Amino acid sequence: MSPSYQDLIAAAREVIPEVEPADVAPRVAAGDGPLIIDVRETAEWDQGHLPGAVHIPRGFLESRIGGTAPDSDQEILVSCASGQRSLLSAQTLHDMGFTNVTNLAGGFARWKQNNHPVEIPRILTAGQRSRYSRHILIPEVGEEGQMKLLDSKALLIGAGGLGSPAAYYLAAAGIGTIGIVDDDEVDESNLQRQIIHTTDRVGMNKGESAKQAIAALNPEVQVNVHPFRVNRDNVLDLVSQYDVIVDGADNFPTRYLLADASLMTNTPLVHASILRFEGHASVFTPYDGPCYRCLFPEPPPPDLAPSCGEAGVLGVLCGVMGNIQATEAIKVLLGIGDTLSGRLLIYDALGMTFTELKVRRDPDCPSCGPNADLQLRDYEAWCAGVGSHDHAGASA
Amino acid sequence: MSTVKIPPVLRQAAGGERTVEAKGANVGEVLTALCEAHPAIGKQILTSDGELHKFVNVYVNDEDARLMQWTDTPVGDDDTLLILPAMAGGQ
Ligand SMILES: [Zn+2]
Repeated sequence: MSPSYQDLIAAAREVIPEVEPADVAPRVAAGDGPLIIDVRETAEWDQGHLPGAVHIPRGFLESRIGGTAPDSDQEILVSCASGQRSLLSAQTLHDMGFTNVTNLAGGFARWKQNNHPVEIPRILTAGQRSRYSRHILIPEVGEEGQMKLLDSKALLIGAGGLGSPAAYYLAAAGIGTIGIVDDDEVDESNLQRQIIHTTDRVGMNKGESAKQAIAALNPEVQVNVHPFRVNRDNVLDLVSQYDVIVDGADNFPTRYLLADASLMTNTPLVHASILRFEGHASVFTPYDGPCYRCLFPEPPPPDLAPSCGEAGVLGVLCGVMGNIQATEAIKVLLGIGDTLSGRLLIYDALGMTFTELKVRRDPDCPSCGPNADLQLRDYEAWCAGVGSHDHAGASA
Repeated sequence: MSTVKIPPVLRQAAGGERTVEAKGANVGEVLTALCEAHPAIGKQILTSDGELHKFVNVYVNDEDARLMQWTDTPVGDDDTLLILPAMAGGQ
């Protein structure tokens, strides 16, 4: 007669030593415990497991154990819900040639009963799986990447031409926290391009207005409204709360301030600027690639640097450039692909051309060079100073 | 003749043109020819000593001329020069 389930269990007990939770818990807590293989089903695993355990459902044990435990002498502790499936799994590992396999007595149930620490894996909710399904399908993103985005914090400087489309797509992508710095109010003349605002929100703070649009699109996103101008007194405190800066400022003092704050807080800076039919975009990765000042050591004088309010801008140009920023911010947050670090992308909407320029780190850069004495200063005065006179030899 | 790409802020000074052809064997000569043909551009990008302002970046194709031989960087007929001042706009 072939052996019954009881026979199989009894036979395995002869071969596989059992370990009480209390005996192994101190080693697990100290981080020098055995390799723990949890053989339960995914739904059980999602409810919680031993700290540091590796999940291999019993049906995949033979095919996956080699990838997890390449060394057959390795100490392995197998666990399940009550200690029986794990016992049979341990027997299987023993039969496969693993020489140091033990079974967790009483399984996860006894472990939990004895109040040993439990890890609950982060998983996407059913709603999140559905909302972000097209991201999850992409191998470079997947569930893990989506969770990373949900844990990420992006700081948008300005909810204007660039900030509007960037905020929309970052919110749709599930960036967990979006900070919006803008002291300005929505004006009718903004609506030709600042698409996150609406006609009935004219007069409202732009951050507040963007917050309403984001809440309607993706209520899960936490929006921090910062209704003030970024300046040297608040910039470091502000920037250090975020993982990436999306620069949509409209003036040089703010752009140079952000460039230095990005270096001082080691926060990547996603840059874009726009005028009429033309846009620039780049990514400045602190001390890894060039910084804004490596590219533009000095701002031009005011007559060579008109704002969009003075010289105009094609509305849809903002959409292209703001979404290039959103794309780069997502790549920076996920750590995937090749960002625009070390490159300046120039988009000419009239000619419909994209041109790429090489940007290199300046060894003498006064902001990120080895001899830089980096400290925040009066950027308004500095920008006015370098732009106001004929300054063949002027420097910072 | 090399092609010089004119940034939006200088187009008015270049008679509205987005690109201008200019003669010269190196960056300095091409820019001199450009500023002779369009003196309004010279007023914007050159100092009173005739030097290029520090806020003006010049690229030969995709490389920063400052990191090559600056105004001495040789330029051929097939090369494109790009004058690039920073832009601040974002709103
Ligand atoms: Zn630098």
